[in-house]
Amino acid sequence: GGVITDVSLLLPQAPSSVNVAMFGCDTFEKVIRTFRLARQSMGEIVSACEFMDRTCMKAVNEQLSLSSPFPDPHPFYFIVETSGSNQEHDMDKLEAYVGRVFEEGAADDGVLATSKDQAARLMALRENIAPALKQLGYNYKYDVSLPLGQMYSLVEKVATRVRGSEDECLSLGYGHLGDNNLHLNLVTPHYSTEVLGMIEPFIYEEVAKLRGSISAEHGLGLKKANYLKYSKDSEVIEMMRTLKEVFDPNHIMNPYKLLPWK
Amino acid sequence: MASLRVLVGCKRVIDYAVKIRVRPDALGVVTDGVKHSMNPFDENAIEEAVRMKQKKIVKEIVVASCGGTQSQETIRTALAMGADRGIHVEIPKGTDESLQPLAVAKIFAKLVEKENPDIVILGKQAIDDDSNQTTQLLAGILEWPQGTMASVVEHSEGKLKITREVDGGLEDISVGLPAVISADLRLNEPRYATLPNIMKAKKKKIEKMSPEDLGVDVTPRLKVLKVVDPPVREAGDKVPDVSTLMDKLKEKGHI
Repeated sequence: GGVITDVSLLLPQAPSSVNVAMFGCDTFEKVIRTFRLARQSMGEIVSACEFMDRTCMKAVNEQLSLSSPFPDPHPFYFIVETSGSNQEHDMDKLEAYVGRVFEEGAADDGVLATSKDQAARLMALRENIAPALKQLGYNYKYDVSLPLGQMYSLVEKVATRVRGSEDECLSLGYGHLGDNNLHLNLVTPHYSTEVLGMIEPFIYEEVAKLRGSISAEHGLGLKKANYLKYSKDSEVIEMMRTLKEVFDPNHIMNPYKLLPWK
Repeated sequence: MASLRVLVGCKRVIDYAVKIRVRPDALGVVTDGVKHSMNPFDENAIEEAVRMKQKKIVKEIVVASCGGTQSQETIRTALAMGADRGIHVEIPKGTDESLQPLAVAKIFAKLVEKENPDIVILGKQAIDDDSNQTTQLLAGILEWPQGTMASVVEHSEGKLKITREVDGGLEDISVGLPAVISADLRLNEPRYATLPNIMKAKKKKIEKMSPEDLGVDVTPRLKVLKVVDPPVREAGDKVPDVSTLMDKLKEKGHI
């Protein structure tokens, strides 16, 4: 813990050449192949690698009237954004990358934004998943990191796990491939303690088994503090607690957050 | 059944989402290093041609663009959207920015002579000069009927039924072929260029020619004297009550 007393922002020059491409993939394995090719062919200009599944696309299409660039749905979608200083060079790299993707059969379809408006609309499909899901019911949200190959397996495990429940459950996933970060969501018409019991601590146990992190980017805060044990050993947690005592003997700095409640 | 041939025009312009800056010499706007894309209305024009081809009304789409070397990228985008082949009328650097609607219309008239299309579709206006003239000038030169600001185009028995977006609302007209149409934004939602089609488009033919080859003189007839930013919006006045508001309005001559 610490106290922020001052902030200054180091702002890089806005890139002059930004491009966005979106691919449709029939398997998650293809998503990974398409992603790896992006890193290999143009790693130095890649600024974002996102994936989303068919359920996410359906949600943004139907709840927010944002249209898919593809006429037919695909099980998975992969979005890559490049940022650079020379449009011609970046376009050459992008075209070489795309050529490889299709030659190797890594993706089943793809589109390239040819204007800033199209680029913004493609990114909007990914950026509006959370608001779209809110319209569908109660969202149980998890932000975890997992080994790349396992990233979607957890979504499938959760889907199997909740099969017995009375409520209609939608298990879906999207996230930042570049950071191995999965946003796993379960959606039910209403909040249900029965469903919650089926997925917690199940999800944290599964993540621990795969040696992932139970909170990849959103932090532990209040809700996940008690689950820290799934990512860190008890000795490490005690050491964290000891260090915090040094700076915060009266327990007034961010109480109940980050460390498990005693 | 598909028997018609379409000539579509497209223009490479500064991307719609870019913040425009006036050049220091006040004779134009900064274009160096600035993102350019296809004029949005031209996307609608190409999309309409591609849809007509998908409906088997049209059998061939030729896309043409007048401009500098980089206009080829715009033609490639049109080819990736579904046009069959391209024509690049190359305007030398330095004069490409002064290319005006009358010159473009004359060029397209020559292209029509060469290609013999049944329909010419252009975007209703370019977002850089906002002229909204090329379609009308072309129709005049060719003495063809025109359907401008089209938001609906239907083909039936050798005629086109067109709904036009006009100030008073919507106007329905019927034009015989051959005809010139200009596309409004509401005509359709343009598709994205699919990556397989972008790859295929690289193999599609783009014919290059100059205005001289077509016998057209593109010397500008209009000269830009000055380009300035619009006046900065001034802060408004807050008034305490309605009678003060009425007094102020009268004072300023608004009522």
